[in-house]
Amino acid sequence: MPSINKPLIPLAALPTNEIGLTVRDYEGSMSTLCAGCGHDSVTAAIVRTLFELSIPPHKVVKLSGIGCSSKTTAYFDSAAHGFNSAHGRMAPIATGANAANRDVLYIGISGDGDSLSIGAGHMVHAIRRNVHMVYVIENNGVYGLTKGQFSASADIGSAAKHGEANTVAPVDPVMLALSLGASFVARSFSGDKEQLVPILKAAAQHRGLALIDVISPCVQFNNHYGSTKSYRYVREHELREIDPDFISTGHEIVADLPRDGAMMVAMHDGGLVRFRTLPADYDPTDREAAMHYVNRAHARGEIPTGLLFVDESVPDVHELNHTSETPLVELPFDDLCPGSAELEALQQSFV
Amino acid sequence: MQATDIGDPDYFHRVVECQWACPAHTNVPEYIRLIAQGRYSDAYMVNRESNVFPGILGRTCDRPCEPACRRERVDGSPVAICRLKRVASDLRDDITDRLPHAPGVKNGKRVACIGTGPASLVVANDLMPLGYEVTIFEATAEPGGLMRTSIPSFRLPAQVLEEEIGYIVDMGVEVRYSTPVTSLAALGRDGYDAIFIGSGAPKGKDLAVEGRHADPEHVHIGLDWLKSVAFGHIGSIGSRVLVIGVGNTAMDCCRTARRIGGTDVKIMARRPRQFFKASPWELEDAEEEQVEILVNHAPQRFITEEGRLVGVEFDVLEWDENATHSRKVDTVFLPCDDVILAIGQENAFPWIERDLGLDFSQDGLPVVDTVTMQTTLPGVFAGGDAAFGPKNIIWAVAHGHEAAISIDNHCRGIPVDERPVTRMTLTSQKMGLTEWSYHNDYNPSPRQQMAHVDLVKRFSELRLEVELGFSADQTMREVQRCLNCDVQPVFDAPLCIECDACIDICPVACLTIAPDADSEANLRTMLTVAAENLDEALYVSEPLAQTGRIMVKDENLCVHCGLCAERCPTAAWNMEKFDLRLGRAGIGVLL
Ligand SMILES: Cc1cc2nc3c(=O)[nH]c(=O)nc-3n(C[C@H](O)[C@H](O)[C@H](O)COP(=O)(O)OP(=O)(O)OC[C@H]3O[C@@H](n4cnc5c(N)ncnc54)[C@H](O)[C@@H]3O)c2cc1C
Ligand SMILES: Cc1ncc(C[n+]2csc(CCOP(=O)(O)OP(=O)(O)O)c2C)c(N)n1
Ligand code: SF4
Ligand code: SF4
Ligand code: SF4
Ligand SMILES: [Mg+2]
Repeated sequence: MPSINKPLIPLAALPTNEIGLTVRDYEGSMSTLCAGCGHDSVTAAIVRTLFELSIPPHKVVKLSGIGCSSKTTAYFDSAAHGFNSAHGRMAPIATGANAANRDVLYIGISGDGDSLSIGAGHMVHAIRRNVHMVYVIENNGVYGLTKGQFSASADIGSAAKHGEANTVAPVDPVMLALSLGASFVARSFSGDKEQLVPILKAAAQHRGLALIDVISPCVQFNNHYGSTKSYRYVREHELREIDPDFISTGHEIVADLPRDGAMMVAMHDGGLVRFRTLPADYDPTDREAAMHYVNRAHARGEIPTGLLFVDESVPDVHELNHTSETPLVELPFDDLCPGSAELEALQQSFV
Repeated sequence: MQATDIGDPDYFHRVVECQWACPAHTNVPEYIRLIAQGRYSDAYMVNRESNVFPGILGRTCDRPCEPACRRERVDGSPVAICRLKRVASDLRDDITDRLPHAPGVKNGKRVACIGTGPASLVVANDLMPLGYEVTIFEATAEPGGLMRTSIPSFRLPAQVLEEEIGYIVDMGVEVRYSTPVTSLAALGRDGYDAIFIGSGAPKGKDLAVEGRHADPEHVHIGLDWLKSVAFGHIGSIGSRVLVIGVGNTAMDCCRTARRIGGTDVKIMARRPRQFFKASPWELEDAEEEQVEILVNHAPQRFITEEGRLVGVEFDVLEWDENATHSRKVDTVFLPCDDVILAIGQENAFPWIERDLGLDFSQDGLPVVDTVTMQTTLPGVFAGGDAAFGPKNIIWAVAHGHEAAISIDNHCRGIPVDERPVTRMTLTSQKMGLTEWSYHNDYNPSPRQQMAHVDLVKRFSELRLEVELGFSADQTMREVQRCLNCDVQPVFDAPLCIECDACIDICPVACLTIAPDADSEANLRTMLTVAAENLDEALYVSEPLAQTGRIMVKDENLCVHCGLCAERCPTAAWNMEKFDLRLGRAGIGVLL
């Protein structure tokens, strides 16, 4: 924990976004995570994303479970709403919140422990329901908060801090999500904001659940030689071939039209994602191809990053469940609670 | 990109903006921290080591450090560096046993200094502890030069002056008062091993306009007039006074006039206000004392009636934008009882024979080397106003230190251009995981304002000091405004794991991990915030281990808060205190 709060220094006037706020208006309280933790870089990337998209700070809901990663929500956008749930329960809370209000941006932050062990079942169902949210897994291969036990994302052979190698097969959240029919699947690296920020922007504009597996090294328990989730290992094995640029609707896009085989994918609300792919035939809208590609790269010991798959046509939780378009808080009381007679009538209809 | 060589003492010295701008390179942040800790005597001694006269300068310094101060860039006002210097001086304990002293056994070398201004005094200060016998010749009856004769005692009390001059003279300097040197040749024959000319620029400029000499009793040359007031020879002036000139001398003249009878005192300026030579704070002080400043007035005629001055006729001018060309638009007559001419100072060396080999330049100044202070006559050195024309006290001090080095070299047979090495140390300030030996938080306090004695009281007593000094409360606020520019984030490239923590935490976005660039100009455009202040360096690291990129810090923005070092997991960034060890006479021997 730093000795002081990050001071507000009027050195040079900070640039403002479309709603007149500076990047500092999207910060949260001072991080208490270990110095150098990848999670803090993810926080910084989220702050930048919200600022650059000019999202009103109070139109955000931050949700998390338990873990160092789940603490991240405290460190950005202090004006947002938030819910810090029980271990692994971020997804069901997000699902419930979705049902009540579809007029805000849901950002769920979880860890590999939180989402792939205790909360795996919940995550699976949130993906199936295509809950409208950004779902970030800050993936470090360990339970950081409880002092570095292997998590379910640890690779076979990856060594713990004291030397013993993991022997249990990992859960790969990207493959899991693709196989469950997820509508937006990406992987990135906390040490690469140039890639992470555009992915976060696209995720924030996506209709449905945008899953981002962010390799986010635990500098304390999993950053040593022999770990496959260290800064060095990721840098040496990252396959940064599928690079997205996010182009917001408000901006001039003519000059950015596809070049060198790049392809454009339109997001639900008009934003555009431009892919630059080195394998010229990579098609981020082809689920099978994506699964195949990720599998092959994995077999070669490579970590493919970028926006791997996106499909804006998958119905989201609201379409599937006919949720109220008006947030429940804004519904007149009589509509929200039509009275005993209506209830009686409803119950009778089941008889 | 070539990595920055932080082993070069100049590199971090430039980052400590105030210290770099100070001609004597006073370690400002160090003394400010000592004041913050209540260690006033220590703060005084840090000052004295560089500027020799903390009490005097804490009241009168021209403060070249303040416009340079980093804090100015942050909130528009520099740290009140000068005022804090006075705090250290006012609140110090008796420090006499910490002063340098002369050894009992002399080294057998004799040095003559001409004038007891700050330049000569510093030469004596540096040479006495080394065993030199220093003799100073002074034309007047008291020491201090213009600090005594020109700077009025309501700005600089005599007791402050005497105390600090005493610290030097009491080492056993022989001062011959009321002994003007009338011939350099003769002095040369007295067998001194070296001579230092510190005789200042003692002549006030005169004005050649019609009627100037018609009533000499009521037209005064500012410098002489101030000196006469200082020595008690003049004790009054007429009620209506015109002061011609807008330099600092003019300000002292008009304020003095206000105290000895002047009730309607006007400053007459030829040019518009933005072209005045006086420091802004001196103008403010004069206006506070109800002195009226009239711009665009050029004196044409002194008018007398029956031999008595009755007023001055001025042309009223209109200037172009840069005040290079003017046009007369009107003529006005201003009645007055006295006129004080304060239009500048000149050097005068009637006592230096021109055939000794000591060359003079066209502007009447001796030719003096700007590093060694040597004239063209070996063994004869010069400094202060005598060497380079009218400047200020702190420059005279800086010259004195350099001249002392040269004199010491000269007397020991070492070439004068062999200067002692400048050294530096970098000391880690880490006290714990996230604890530093300095207060690293940013304090948003505004610059503290100096309180003044009220007008009625100050006009009733000529020698009453006007500035009251900072209160304890003001001092505590002001010290926290200093950004500790000497505590440097120092980067150790091989330790960096490129986690971005420092980049993310930096409150001023001065850090970037950038791809290696082919030129600094390009690199400047590639940073988190483009580095547009070309006067400030970029601190560039060796290539980083994992990606070969480079860590870059824009020195223009850094506020030395230490958060980068607190968030760095490997201590690749660490906060280290830069301490400059300047060469001094005698210190070179130890190396
Ligand atoms: C009105 C006024 C106000 C000023 N205010 C400030 C201020 O607020 N802050 C500041 O920093 N500077 C100020 N200055 C400038 C500052 O006083 C000088 O720059 C500084 O004193 C120069 O120091 P020096 O050692 O070169 O010589 P001086 O201080 O000029 O001393 C020279 C000495 O040599 C003596 N001398 C001259 N000729 C001979 C000779 N032939 N034989 C023996 N002795 C001789 C003189 O009597 C004098 O005592 C002011 C100057 C004036 C005129
Ligand atoms: C119900 C429950 N079981 C176990 C724990 C103990 N626990 C706290 S955090 C954690 C794992 C966190 O790992 P991860 O989600 O990967 O977060 P990280 O700290 O690595 O970022 C566990 C098992 C708990 N808090 N609650
Ligand atoms: S233990 Fe690991 S995951 Fe937790 S804060 Fe520290 S570095 Fe981050
Ligand atoms: S902030 Fe302090 S150290 Fe920095 S330039 Fe100003 S006085 Fe000097
Ligand atoms: S000390 Fe470090 S964190 Fe603070 S302003 Fe300077 S580089 Fe940035
Ligand atoms: Mg984890």
